[in-house]
Amino acid sequence: MHDGHDHDHDRTFQPDHDRGPATPYEVLERALHTLFIEKGILSAEEISRRIDEFDTRTPALGAKVVARAWVDPGYKARLLADTRAALDELGIDIGEIAEFKTVENTPEVHNVIVCTLCSCYPKGLLGFPPAWYKSLAYRSRTVRDPRAVLAEFGTVLADNVEVRVHDSTADLRYIVLPMRPEGTDGMSEDALASLVTRDSMIGTTVLKAE
Amino acid sequence: MKLETAAPMRFKVGDHVRIDDRSSLGHCRTPSFVRGKTGVVAEVLGAFRYPEKLAYHRPGLPAQPLYTVRLRQNELWEDYAGPASDHLDIDIYQPWLEPAE
Repeated sequence: MHDGHDHDHDRTFQPDHDRGPATPYEVLERALHTLFIEKGILSAEEISRRIDEFDTRTPALGAKVVARAWVDPGYKARLLADTRAALDELGIDIGEIAEFKTVENTPEVHNVIVCTLCSCYPKGLLGFPPAWYKSLAYRSRTVRDPRAVLAEFGTVLADNVEVRVHDSTADLRYIVLPMRPEGTDGMSEDALASLVTRDSMIGTTVLKAE
Repeated sequence: MKLETAAPMRFKVGDHVRIDDRSSLGHCRTPSFVRGKTGVVAEVLGAFRYPEKLAYHRPGLPAQPLYTVRLRQNELWEDYAGPASDHLDIDIYQPWLEPAE
């Protein structure tokens, strides 16, 4: 039965996710989950839907917001003044856990986001953060030597551009409004959105026309 | 979020503030690398339930004003090699701030 079947089963073995004893947080989550359903506060379906809603958020959502701000100066002003209300206009619900704030890149100021204490991230708009965003190296070096970190992302800024690092230590989640690349006049909003990358909204890169 | 009580705001945009350099035990949102440093209030963000109490299942009231404090990188780090115009913006709760020159 193993004829012509020479791969190594030991090497391709993948552990199950639920091996080993549950952690105290997993026990707590299961207890709450069960109680919410038993007491009729939430249904299993509502819980699954909410998890799904957050799991499926991607940077495309943030890109849509950025493109709207580029084509509509009124929207941009509202986004900078009150990010929650501006996202609500587009039907984007960021939940009640934290407030959101948009910071605008200009020819004079380049913004970049970090959380030195943990890994606070605008998940409601960008989905889950990349692994490097949570790394100790990114979190410590971005406040200590931001220009070196940016250069590693290919972002080399002139000395007359202020680098402004935002350490999101508290109740606000930040998103960078990147500068619209040159040579994109007349592009549709959808085409513009496709140019906007996750990293440009964290502030580690700047956008260039393709 | 509607807050029943909030501590009065002590600072406004443009005020010079010093971040306290006291030590802390347990949950705290003021990173040690900015303690004892001086900056300028860049933005008043509103009042939020205080995380140092919330983390221990207390209501965190009165809510504490939260400010974006702008620090010069070359004052934060002695050997900072970048331009003098580079800054760190960091969000600090009022109980950690005192007026500076």
